[in-house]
Amino acid sequence: MTEPLLELVGINKSFGPVHVLHDVDFTVRAGEVTALVGDNGAGKSTLVKCVAGIYPTESGEIRFRGEPVTIHSPKDAADLGIEVVYQDLALADNLDVVQNMFLGRERGSRWLMDESSMERAARETLASLAVRTVKSVRTPVAALSGGQRQTVAIAKAVLWESKVVLLDEPTAALGVAQTRQVLDLVRRLAENGLGVVLISHNMADVFEVADRISTLYLGRLVADLPAKETTHSQVVELITAGRSGDLGLARPEQVTL
Amino acid sequence: MTDSPARTDTGANSGAISDFGIDTTSQSAGEAIRDYVARVRGGELGSLPALLGLGVLVLVFTMLSDNFLTLNNTANLIAQGAGKMIIAMGLVFVLLLGEIDLSAGTLSGVCASVMAMHYVRGGNLLGGMGSTVFYVFIIGMVLAAALALVMRIWAGAVLSLVAVLMAALGVPANAWLEMVLAVCVGAAIGCITGFMVAKVGVPSFVVTLALFITWQGVILQFIGEGGVFGIRNSQVLFNVANGNLSVLGSWILCVVAAGGYAAVVLGEHFTRLRKGLVTQPTLIALFKVLAVAAIAGLSTWALTVNRSPNPDLVTIQGVPYVVPIILGLLVIGTYVLNRTRYGRHIYAVGGNAEAARRAGIDVSKIRASVFVVSACAAAIGAIVYSSKAGSVDPQAGGLNTLLFAVGAAVIGGTSLFGGRGKVAHAVIGGLVLAAVENGLGLLRQPAAVVNIVTGLVLLLAATVDALSRRRAAVTTR
Ligand SMILES: Nc1ncnc2c1ncn2[C@@H]1O[C@H](COP(=O)(O)OP(=O)(O)OP(=O)(O)O)[C@@H](O)[C@H]1O
Ligand SMILES: [Mg+2]
Repeated sequence: MTEPLLELVGINKSFGPVHVLHDVDFTVRAGEVTALVGDNGAGKSTLVKCVAGIYPTESGEIRFRGEPVTIHSPKDAADLGIEVVYQDLALADNLDVVQNMFLGRERGSRWLMDESSMERAARETLASLAVRTVKSVRTPVAALSGGQRQTVAIAKAVLWESKVVLLDEPTAALGVAQTRQVLDLVRRLAENGLGVVLISHNMADVFEVADRISTLYLGRLVADLPAKETTHSQVVELITAGRSGDLGLARPEQVTL
Repeated sequence: MTDSPARTDTGANSGAISDFGIDTTSQSAGEAIRDYVARVRGGELGSLPALLGLGVLVLVFTMLSDNFLTLNNTANLIAQGAGKMIIAMGLVFVLLLGEIDLSAGTLSGVCASVMAMHYVRGGNLLGGMGSTVFYVFIIGMVLAAALALVMRIWAGAVLSLVAVLMAALGVPANAWLEMVLAVCVGAAIGCITGFMVAKVGVPSFVVTLALFITWQGVILQFIGEGGVFGIRNSQVLFNVANGNLSVLGSWILCVVAAGGYAAVVLGEHFTRLRKGLVTQPTLIALFKVLAVAAIAGLSTWALTVNRSPNPDLVTIQGVPYVVPIILGLLVIGTYVLNRTRYGRHIYAVGGNAEAARRAGIDVSKIRASVFVVSACAAAIGAIVYSSKAGSVDPQAGGLNTLLFAVGAAVIGGTSLFGGRGKVAHAVIGGLVLAAVENGLGLLRQPAAVVNIVTGLVLLLAATVDALSRRRAAVTTR
């Protein structure tokens, strides 16, 4: 087992009266794919957004390479080398593919951006993801299909020399070939020593690429298990009931909102 | 769509690029034109309606009035519309974020009245305003500078402090200093608007509506009921909108403008072609360059003919100064929006503020800064329209100034919903409205008719904007 790269300890997060994350402990290791699974509304996206600096947390600690860090803004996360593919994509419709991929981190000087270098890098990254249907990298994102947008969002995240990549349901809108590419990419990123978090509802995908499977149940992290020693049905039980045999929550009464 | 690329680049990076399926970097002129038509049908109209409208207006007014398409009237029309057109250029920045600045008109009037007071009073603003008002004015400018510092909009802070210095030191009357003062006062006001909208979070519609009335009161306070500041006697101030370049100067401008355009367009075109990047067809690039050169040459030639109504007594010839002023601002604005990070971030925030925030962009700073840009442009517009009028009265920047400026930007093709727009739209839309105003004036239509028509044209443009947006939403994805 490798060193923890990113560690969340005792994270709590509420939206007003709704307590969405309860004392969540979550670990991402370098060179491993950690799958984060859970039912709709379990709090997976919220957890990702806390790491990304989009939502502040109420309590808990985030450690990066063992050091406690504060992530107050998306920029803090990016500076640490944390990249996120959001479930709701977060692309600007009126900008083209290249402009979106480099948004906030444009190459060249502040007074004169280096368009050629950005365009070439964008195209190479997209080519590696086998996007065959985009007519031009200068197409506005508004004109792309859902799957194409998703690929652009993924390409945007892997463009950078990052340490941790969090992908929130990256294959939800993708076709067979693109899903294959993304799963291969996820493995490749881990083999290159990155810590990868994959959120997915597709158990086949999860078991194919994940080294560890962490299950969120109603905002609590109920289990963090090695994928090899876990069965499909155990995970499904953990997702739906929060427990499976002696795994997960000890007693059902503990689950209060 | 075919599976194999029709014309992919084969030179640089062939490995990656051939892998990239049907992504093509260049197209033929025919394909490009078909693409354009498809985009227009998809609801991306740009300035097309405005250009068509302008053509129709010119045709109609030329038929109805012998005086419309004369050289003298054309030059006059441009100078008449220039001030509001410049205000509209600044408003484009605000509209790009989907915000609105209803105070741009009266704000420009404040700048105009400070500028004119400084001139009329020989630099003594304290005497002109009275001590209480003067100290409030100074405190306001200092406050604006402080707010700009809090928001880390350095340019706004510097300009506000320059305004404070000029007012406090009582620099002597000088046309150039007065113009600088106007812009600095504008920047300071923009900092206040921007702070209220971006940091306090009051909707821009409400903030600027309140300030619209506030500034109207301030102008009245500065000038006094029934008062008027004449600036006709200042050669420089008067010439801004009434003077012309010499014939030689006009031709130099023509060569610089057309040559500069050709150099930028072709230079970029061939660089991109060489590097294997997405480019427009060479034929279309050449066509654009030639068209601009032809228009520049023809209009320079026309404007260097003596256009005086009494050619034997006085000579009026040369390109009006407002033309290089507008061209200069157009170039700067276009450069900022297209080439700098700041401009890119404006589009991003206008297109999807949440995406911009997640990309690490300081959304509230961008939001505040566009009001500073808009206010500076409004101040420059104020200089131009005050010069045209030769005086500043309590109506400065009032009446339909704002309607005209917002109208110009929207008619030109800038969306009220944010994310889509160009500085050039303000120029094209401004020409449409200037033609309406001028043409109806020549037909001796009363102000009532001019206002009704201008208002309806704006409504029409906003409708086209809303409909094309709906169309775009239907056709994509
Ligand atoms: N901005 C918000 N304001 C209020 N409540 C929110 C907000 N975002 C999420 N929630 C609530 O937090 C809970 C967890 O949501 P989250 O999006 O993290 O779920 P998820 O696990 O990602 O689900 P899915 O699988 O559907 O994507 C839900 O009950 C949701 O209603
Ligand atoms: Mg989610």
